Amino acid sequence: MKFGVVVFPGSNCDTDAYHVLRDVVRRETVYLWHKDHDLQGVDCVLLPGGFSYGDYLRSGAIARFSPLMNEVVEFAGRGGLVIGICNGFQILLELGLLPGAMLRNKNLKFLCRFVHLRLENEATPFTRLGRRGQVLRIPIAHYEGNYYAPPQVLKEVEDGGRVVFRYADAEGNVNDGTNVNGALHAIAGIVNRGGNVLGMMPHPERASEAVFGSEDGRLIFDSLVKSLS
Amino acid sequence: MKVRILVSFKDSVLDPQGQTVMNALHTLGYDSVRDVRQGKVFEVELEGLSREEAERVVPEMADRVLANPIIEKFSWQVVEP
Repeated sequence: MKFGVVVFPGSNCDTDAYHVLRDVVRRETVYLWHKDHDLQGVDCVLLPGGFSYGDYLRSGAIARFSPLMNEVVEFAGRGGLVIGICNGFQILLELGLLPGAMLRNKNLKFLCRFVHLRLENEATPFTRLGRRGQVLRIPIAHYEGNYYAPPQVLKEVEDGGRVVFRYADAEGNVNDGTNVNGALHAIAGIVNRGGNVLGMMPHPERASEAVFGSEDGRLIFDSLVKSLS
Repeated sequence: MKVRILVSFKDSVLDPQGQTVMNALHTLGYDSVRDVRQGKVFEVELEGLSREEAERVVPEMADRVLANPIIEKFSWQVVEP
């Protein structure tokens, strides 16, 4: 079992993700340079957070044209597991592997803090160790995480059970007050139709060791390991 | 040839930056301001393209790269022949 963390110019959570996969989850992990054309036989591709290409034009808009993205799209098309975290989620949206787009946070502030997420779908390769309604405490750090999709697309995502996480309170209630960035339906993470591509704004790699205040993020990495076992 | 491409949010998409600018204008007493939409301007120099080719290539570039069609719309014009 091998994980690959894609590195773009401006990625800044690549080392964190690499560390968690290699040292905490203890699985073979490699960096994948965005200009390469080789996924090095990995079983799961992780697009990390950061500011790829300085977020020039739009978040993720330039990174999506990186050479390696051709391989990532093909890999995802074959059912390969792809997870995009924060900027990685934005790149997946720009790539069209996930539907919708990100707008600036409703209060126009960069939000960097712990939030609570309600797990909405435990039947994905990324959440299979969880249970529906479970609350995870994981930090966010973004300016453009206000999820938007046209009404028809949003309906399709909801009807398909493809919302994986919503911004909630510690009890799992979801309302305008818990919806930190104004995302439609308080959406914090979604999967594609096939269920093998996950995009999420919160950072599970920052919440996978007790010393960082939460280990809830491990649910995602441990689920991935289980799925690939 | 130089073209100017204007990218802005679709009318159906909220533009909190535009709203904030409008509030600032109201604070300064510009009560006639009814709405503000903020956008991006790209000035692009093109070489070796006929006007006809530009009519095809510019919208294609705007649609594929400069704008995100899910949330944004664009318009363009030739500013230098």
